[in-house]
Amino acid sequence: MTELSKSQKKLNKRITFKPSYFSFPYMALCIIFVVFPLVLVLVYAFISDTTGGFTFENFAEVFTSSNLMLLLRTIGIALLTTVICLLIAYPTALILASKPFNKFVILSLLFIIPMWMNFVLRVIALKELFSIMKINNGLFASVIGMVYDFLPFMLLPIYTVLSEMDKSYGEAAADLGANGFMKFIKVTLPLSAKGIASGVTMVFMPVFSAYAITDMLGNNDTTLIGKTINELFINGSTWGVGSAFSFILLLLVFGTMILSNLVGRDKTKAKGGAK
Amino acid sequence: MKEQKTFDKIIEVKNITKKFDDTTVIDDLNLSIKRGQFVTLLGPSGCGKTTLLRMIAGFTEPTSGQIFIEGQDVTAMPPYKRPVNTVFQKYALFPHLNVFKNVAFGLKLKKIPSGEKKAKGGKEQDVMRKFTKAEIEEKVNRALKLVGLEDYGYRDINSLSGGQQQRVAIARALVCEPKVLLLDEPLGALDLKMRKEMQIELKKMHRELGITFIFVTHDQEEALTMSDIIVVLNDGVIQQIGTPKQIYDEPANAFVADFIGESNVLSGIMERDFSVSFLGAHFECEDKGFSKNEKVDIVIRPEDINLFPEGAGKGQLTGKVLGSVFKGTYYEMEIDAGGYEFTVQSTVEAKPGATVEMLIEPNGIHIMKKLRTVNSFIGTVSGENYVDFCDGSFEINTEVNGTLLEKGTKVKVFVPFDGVELTDDEDDGEIGGNVTHSLYKGTYYQVQVYSDTDEDFYVDTTDEWDLNDRVGIKLDKSKIRLEVIEENEDD
Repeated sequence: MTELSKSQKKLNKRITFKPSYFSFPYMALCIIFVVFPLVLVLVYAFISDTTGGFTFENFAEVFTSSNLMLLLRTIGIALLTTVICLLIAYPTALILASKPFNKFVILSLLFIIPMWMNFVLRVIALKELFSIMKINNGLFASVIGMVYDFLPFMLLPIYTVLSEMDKSYGEAAADLGANGFMKFIKVTLPLSAKGIASGVTMVFMPVFSAYAITDMLGNNDTTLIGKTINELFINGSTWGVGSAFSFILLLLVFGTMILSNLVGRDKTKAKGGAK
Repeated sequence: MKEQKTFDKIIEVKNITKKFDDTTVIDDLNLSIKRGQFVTLLGPSGCGKTTLLRMIAGFTEPTSGQIFIEGQDVTAMPPYKRPVNTVFQKYALFPHLNVFKNVAFGLKLKKIPSGEKKAKGGKEQDVMRKFTKAEIEEKVNRALKLVGLEDYGYRDINSLSGGQQQRVAIARALVCEPKVLLLDEPLGALDLKMRKEMQIELKKMHRELGITFIFVTHDQEEALTMSDIIVVLNDGVIQQIGTPKQIYDEPANAFVADFIGESNVLSGIMERDFSVSFLGAHFECEDKGFSKNEKVDIVIRPEDINLFPEGAGKGQLTGKVLGSVFKGTYYEMEIDAGGYEFTVQSTVEAKPGATVEMLIEPNGIHIMKKLRTVNSFIGTVSGENYVDFCDGSFEINTEVNGTLLEKGTKVKVFVPFDGVELTDDEDDGEIGGNVTHSLYKGTYYQVQVYSDTDEDFYVDTTDEWDLNDRVGIKLDKSKIRLEVIEENEDD
C-alpha cells in the first residue's frame, strides 16, 4: 500500500508541469537577444579600438567637450519634446475623459490610430507637408515631428488614469469647498501623477535615443546622441567608443526610469475597504 | 417670529423633480427638515434617496423645483459654496494624502472673517483670512479625537481598516463645521458588529454636536435605531414621514408596512367602524372612518399574533404550523390559515405539523386605505369605439351614459387591477413592461409593472412574478371604464 502510494507520488512528481515553465522560451530569447548584447556592449566599452587591449580611453573620448554639448543638446530636445507633449496631451486627456465626451470611444481612437501606421511613413508625410508649408529642416521641424510621433504615448496613460479616476474624489473636493481650479490642483493633478510619470517616461526615453526623425527632419544643429552612436558603429573602426557611449546612455535612461517610478508610485492602489 | 420660522426649517425641498434622460427618479417631492434633527431617508435601492441627498449637496441639479438651506435658495449654487458636508458611500478619502491632510483639506480652503473691516464701494465688508497652521492643527486634532483616531494623523489612508477610513471620512466632513451633515449609506461597507458600533457613535456625535444629520440608508433597522424622523421613499415619492415609532406602528400604506420590519399584509373588508373581516373571520380593530365595506389593506406584525393550542377556543383563526426557526430570542413560524401564510414570532414554539389557534388583539391590526384601487390613465377618443392611451390605440366601447363620445374627447381610462393580464412573452401583450414590485396579499399577488410607456400598472394575479421580469401587459377591454374629463377641470 505504502509502496504503491510512493510510486504514485514519484509518477506525479515526474509529470508535474509548473506554469512557470511557459516562461522558459521567453527567458532564452531574453538571454540571447537582451542580456548577451548588453554584456557585449559592456565588454566592447573597455576594449581599445586601436590596440584591442583593455582600456578606459573610450570613456575619456566620450567625455570630450563636443560630445558633452551633444549630450546636453539631446537632453534639451528630449525635454522640450516631452514638455510640449505633456502640455498638449493633458488638457486633451482631461477633455476626452470628461463627462460629455467619455462615451465616445471613437474620439480617443482618433488619437491612437496614427500609432497603427509605420512611423517612418508618417515622418516622410510630415516632411512633404513641411516642404509645402516652406518650413525648413531644423530644430523646429524636428521637435514638431517628434511631438507628432510620440503624442499618443503621452496621451494614452494620462487618459487612462483620468478616465478611471473615481469621480467621487472630485465631488469630495467640491464638497469640502474646492472650486474648479483648486479641485484640479489639489486632487485631479496629484491623482493623475502616475499617468503623467509613465507618459513622460514613454516620450522622454525614446526621444532621447531617437535618430531617425532628426535624420529626416533635422540639420547639423539637431544631431542627437543616437545619430552619433549610429555613425560610430557604421564607421566600423570605432566600436569601442560607440559602446562606451551606449553604456552611458543606458545609465542615463535607467536613472530617468527610477526617477519617474518614484514620482508615479501608485498610491491609489489597495483601497482598503471593509474588513 | 418669521425669522424664527425660517430658521426652524434648515432645509426645504420644494416641488423637486429629477429626471435622468426619460426616467423620473424624484417626482414632485416636498420635504422640510428641522434644525438639529437626525433625519433618515429610507427606501429600497433605486427609490431616489441618494439622488435627493446629492441634490441637497449640490452634485446634481434638479430638473425642476427649488432647494432652500436656511431660507436661501441654493438650487443653482455649486457644492463648494453650500454650508453642508458629505460623508460618501465609499468614503472618497484622497489616497495621495495622509489622514491629517485629508481632514485638513476643507480647512485649508476655508476663509473666515478676520474681524477687521474695510470699506469697499461705500459698503463695509469683512476682511477675509485663511486659517493659520496652528488653528488648522488644533481643529484637525479635535476632529480626529472626536472619532477616536488621535494618533493616526500621519498614517497612510490605505493602511487603515474600513471602519477607520469611515471615521476619517466623518472627521473630514465635521471639521468644516457644516450646518448639515449628509451621510450617504456610510455604514454599508462595514461588517455587522462594526456597523452597530458606528450607529451608536454617530448617534452620540449627533447629540454632542447638535447639527442636522441627513442619513441615507436602505436598512430599515438602522433607520429605526438612529433617527428622529424617518422619510420613507419609493419610486421617487415620499410614502411616509414620521418618528420611528409612528412608521413602525402606524405604517401609512402597504408599502411602508412591507418595507419596515416583517409583516403580514392581507386584503380585507372594513365592515363598519372598529370591525374588519378577512380570511372569513371577523375582527375588532381600532380604526374607523372608512366607508362601509371598503376594501382595505391589513398589516399584522409577526409578534402581534398570539398562539394557543387547538381547542382552547380563544383564537379567531385556526392554522397549521408549516415550519419553525429559532432566531435567538424567539421562534419564527410559518403558519397556514385559510390559504394565507402568516409569519409569527413567539417565545413559545409550536411544532411544525401542529394545529394552533391564532388570536390577534385589536391593537395588533393596522388598517390602511388601499393605495390605488384602479389603474387610471388619460386618453383621447380617436374614433368610434377607439381610444388612444399609453401610446397605443385600443378598441373600447366609447358609449358613456348612453351617448357616443365624439372624436377628440379627452377621457379618463379606468382599468381595474383584475382587468390586466400579464404574459410571459412580451410580444403576447399589448404593452411591454418590467415588474417593479410584488406584494403578497394573502390569496393573490399585487404586482406593479412599469411599462415602456412610462406608466405604472397594478395587477392582481395569482401567479408569482419576479422583480425586473420582462412581461407583456394585456388589457381586458370589457372591464375598462371611461369617464369624460370636463375641460374646465383641466389643471
